[in-house]
Amino acid sequence: MALTEEELRTLTYEPDAGGHFGVYGGRYVSETLMAALSELDQNYQMLKNDPEFQRQFDHDLATFVGRPSPLYHAERWSKQIGGAQIYFKREDLNHTGAHKVNNTIGQALLAKYSGKPRVIAETGAGQHGVASATVAARLGLECVVYMGADDVERQSPNVYRMKLLGATVVPVDSGSRTLKDALSEAMRDWVTNVDETFYIIGTVAGPAPYPQLVRDFNAVVGRELKWQSKDTFGRYPDALVACVGGGSNAIGLFYPFLRDTEVEIYGVEAAGRGLSTPEHAAPLCAGRPGVLHGAKTYLMDNADGQIAHTHSVSAGLDYPGVGPEHAYLKDIGRAKYVGASDAEALAAFHEVSRVEGIIPALETAHALAYTKTLAAQMRPDQTIVCNMSGRGDKDIFTVAKMEGISLT
Amino acid sequence: MSSSRIARRMADLKARGRKALIPYIVAGDPTPEVTVPAMHAMVEAGADVLELGIPFSDPFADGPVNQRGAERAIASGMTLPGVLKAVAEFRQTDTETPVVLMGYLNPVMAMGEAHFCQEAKASGVDGLLLVDVPPEEEGGLVASAKSLGLDMIYLAAPTTTDARMSLIGKATSGYLYYVSLKGVTGSSKLNTVEVAAKVDAMRAHVSAPICVGFGIRTPDDAARIGAAADGIIVGTVLVSQMESLANRPADVPAALKALLQPMRDAMDQATVADV
Repeated sequence: MALTEEELRTLTYEPDAGGHFGVYGGRYVSETLMAALSELDQNYQMLKNDPEFQRQFDHDLATFVGRPSPLYHAERWSKQIGGAQIYFKREDLNHTGAHKVNNTIGQALLAKYSGKPRVIAETGAGQHGVASATVAARLGLECVVYMGADDVERQSPNVYRMKLLGATVVPVDSGSRTLKDALSEAMRDWVTNVDETFYIIGTVAGPAPYPQLVRDFNAVVGRELKWQSKDTFGRYPDALVACVGGGSNAIGLFYPFLRDTEVEIYGVEAAGRGLSTPEHAAPLCAGRPGVLHGAKTYLMDNADGQIAHTHSVSAGLDYPGVGPEHAYLKDIGRAKYVGASDAEALAAFHEVSRVEGIIPALETAHALAYTKTLAAQMRPDQTIVCNMSGRGDKDIFTVAKMEGISLT
Repeated sequence: MSSSRIARRMADLKARGRKALIPYIVAGDPTPEVTVPAMHAMVEAGADVLELGIPFSDPFADGPVNQRGAERAIASGMTLPGVLKAVAEFRQTDTETPVVLMGYLNPVMAMGEAHFCQEAKASGVDGLLLVDVPPEEEGGLVASAKSLGLDMIYLAAPTTTDARMSLIGKATSGYLYYVSLKGVTGSSKLNTVEVAAKVDAMRAHVSAPICVGFGIRTPDDAARIGAAADGIIVGTVLVSQMESLANRPADVPAALKALLQPMRDAMDQATVADV
């Protein structure tokens, strides 16, 4: 139920002790994992206030990732659209090419502090897998990455990157052979090897405390933007836009601004072939509450509660669930969730490449597509910050193939 | 409130010195028509309680064998209302054998928690075991179930701490399902001595009967684990048999009987030898 503006300005936006954001989130897992989750929660609650842990995290973000990421004024594109001034928060310039590394640095440090020699991860587009393999290599941890067999095919450059970094990539053949199946498989591994294994979840989904800790590690994006926007144009942005698959880049951008209700917040889901067709991946726009992979949240299922096969041109958004905090922000009315179709995302992918000299990830292209629509409705003295969550190098093969161009 | 069909069955077994044999199959695997005859066949082979799986598309706590069982069931058109219909049909000729539905929360939410509990009760279901619902979650669903006299069966695992064991011991009714292995269903490393020690330790926190599942494949496993607990749950080995008979569903009831009967015999002999 939507809250008043006064309520939205004063909420803590923190989960309760059981990891619930309103009615969403929680810990919907089998008993075998409950002890591991509560151990992780205790370690995290202790370390997040530990100055030494924070110092090391900040140091790694600065020297290994290359933070802070710039705030870039997309002047030509803004002028062409003729509405609001559009800025990009350049997460695509991070080491490994996306926001994902912010979280993997944090979780790998947690793994190290918890004394776990082995990390596992699931990946869709491969960005989280690459980021996990990267930090595992750096910290000398064994790394196993689960990836849907279809995604292995459509993201082969990232598969090779993970292998170069010393990780083992396990293709998952069950179910729809995409991200949701990779996540199930990673949870199975974790249940079996729980004593020596740390599960690095790649998004703000999964059982508590993952949605909270992944958010906190990515919130560096929004925190930087707070001072960068003041330095650059003297105030906070009028609107924030980010793509939402699981929703980690979005929550990282949004979270520090949640109480600043003058800032409008838009999450953009993958509308695939259209929200009126079954072929999309937009649970917040067109799904309903349910439970998947350890959390209560909006998801896409059929009348009998079987999880739907989703579709999106971008592997990273091709997931039937979404982080529980987004479900909460939708219900209380703090954020608006909209869809961008495959075609709209592809058009934005080309447009931003040509006009701004930045090839965005296909995931990010969904946020760009909506940014264009929104900017056109706003005045030139207003500002939008769109999270440039990842770079598009990994996607050039997919796009070329769709356009009938052979790169080999 | 009169005691539940599960509680009566467990008390009766205890009085007779017999250990509970609890088989698990996925409803609708490999076809919806075979489920009710399979249930009767398992009772004839000496099953004391039946666990009937609600098929779910993303069973992340199950291994590949049970996942494929669920996939076959979904492909055959089985739904949650279909599972309840099968139980109602079973009840037309068997009013004694308790039936527990085991599955994941999402199909139950899709049907509506309170509505599901009413329909389950009306169909003759006795207990619910929702793998992804620990005692901390879903107070509303639990209240609906309990008000109708449905037992809520919870899991305990080797990783469960004493503090949680006490919480689970208070929450569970009918029996406690002890997951004897870290891992998913169908895992294969089973240590009888460890299981026996763990079951003994759990008794301090759990007054309900303790049944052990995961990793029981042979009559010998059944006898050894049965001796250490109040009952055993056998699943993957049966679902695996369903898989090999996927194209000959008519043979399923007899095949299940052939697997369970030697387990029953081995358990009964072990119990006699024990006394």
